[in-house]
Amino acid sequence: MEYKPNKNVIAKRIAGLLTDGSVVNLGIGLPTLVGNYVPEGVDIILQSENGFIGLGPVPEKDSIDPFLVNAGGSPVTMIDGGCFFDSSMSFGIIRGGHVDYTVLGVLEVDQDGNLANYKIPGKMVPGMGGAMDLTVGSKKVIAATVHFDKKGNSKLMKKCTLPLTAQKEVDILVTDVGYFEIKDGAFILKETFAPYTADFVKENTEANLIVAEDFKQVEIV
Amino acid sequence: MKEKKILTSDAAAELVKSGDVVMVGGFMGCGSPPEILSSLEKAGTNNLTLVCNDAGWYMPDKGMVNGVAPLVLNKQFSKAITTHIGLNSEMQRQMLSGETDVQLVPQGTLAEKIRSAGCGLGGFLTPTGVGTEVEEGKEVIEHDGKKYLLEYPLKGNVALLHASVADKAGNLLFARSARNFGPLMAMACDLVIVQADKIVEIGELDPEAIITPSIFVDYLVQTVNAEGK
Repeated sequence: MEYKPNKNVIAKRIAGLLTDGSVVNLGIGLPTLVGNYVPEGVDIILQSENGFIGLGPVPEKDSIDPFLVNAGGSPVTMIDGGCFFDSSMSFGIIRGGHVDYTVLGVLEVDQDGNLANYKIPGKMVPGMGGAMDLTVGSKKVIAATVHFDKKGNSKLMKKCTLPLTAQKEVDILVTDVGYFEIKDGAFILKETFAPYTADFVKENTEANLIVAEDFKQVEIV
Repeated sequence: MKEKKILTSDAAAELVKSGDVVMVGGFMGCGSPPEILSSLEKAGTNNLTLVCNDAGWYMPDKGMVNGVAPLVLNKQFSKAITTHIGLNSEMQRQMLSGETDVQLVPQGTLAEKIRSAGCGLGGFLTPTGVGTEVEEGKEVIEHDGKKYLLEYPLKGNVALLHASVADKAGNLLFARSARNFGPLMAMACDLVIVQADKIVEIGELDPEAIITPSIFVDYLVQTVNAEGK
């Protein structure tokens, strides 16, 4: 079976996991795409760790406000009902368990729910920004990544090798191949996205993998 | 109420001395005081310790250079305590080559370290960073079955902030997401200098809307080019 990376599939499936009324923090990059696919009838509140809730869509070019940016420093808008606060309040919201879901991109994720995404020693040191607080404080941590790296290695690892962003905090992993829960030292395969099958995942995973009793193959459209 | 002195940005920059711990408000430049930073760059004051969420944008090929990035390029910081330098390739280069001592701190921890200093606390316990490199050299305290890191307060000599509106007493409003670290840094530094886009008379601001009380502010700088970010 041929694998083709597809970030939109990941974003669409994650959007379907978010419950109505929840407070959600979307990381920069792939996770930001999730906002494009929230189903109709599901009303979520997006938190931006640089200091507000009520994050809205990207503005038109001629209505950019230089004082309204997201946590990546890019111009955004605010929806009605949103509000601003300082960084202490923002991280009080985050660490205090008031964010229901945080969605983050990862460099590595393992079967124990460890996550690495802020540093490649000697090579790249972007820094953790808010990621360590978000993973520790959010009720559910959803990791988002393509299923294979550029060399074709599965991103589902037995043990992370890079410096960790957080220890045992990842609850859910969504790739462009499937949706996994991470529990008791294993990836639990809940869904694959057609055309991928459970056998395909099994053949390509070295980490502990359990196919859930209620496993199903689904079509992401 | 007593009025605060209004300085030019050049005069404000002169108050920053070599060796100072300088806290700069802003998040990817949004909330950093561009005119004070520009004067500080011109003054060339060095051997500073930077405390700032990030190192600003430094992507000259895309025309994106803001916040503290020009001062980083100018090697005015011998040390930086920050959370994210991913959009400043020069700061990353200086860190990897050892030219600048860069300490990466989780963002919530940085905010709370600054808040603690301003609020007279001796430190705090946070679950953030447990089991990571951030834990190294720190005391781990278990409370109610959960592990926490003991983090200490972080004080500064000078805070350089950007407000949208100040009254002459020094009460501050911040523009939208430009607030971020500003109110915290205003409480944690000996000397607080604020570039304000608009300065109004005492009594003109709604007391219920003021974000940072005047008592934390020492000097105001009137923005000259209000179009600037």
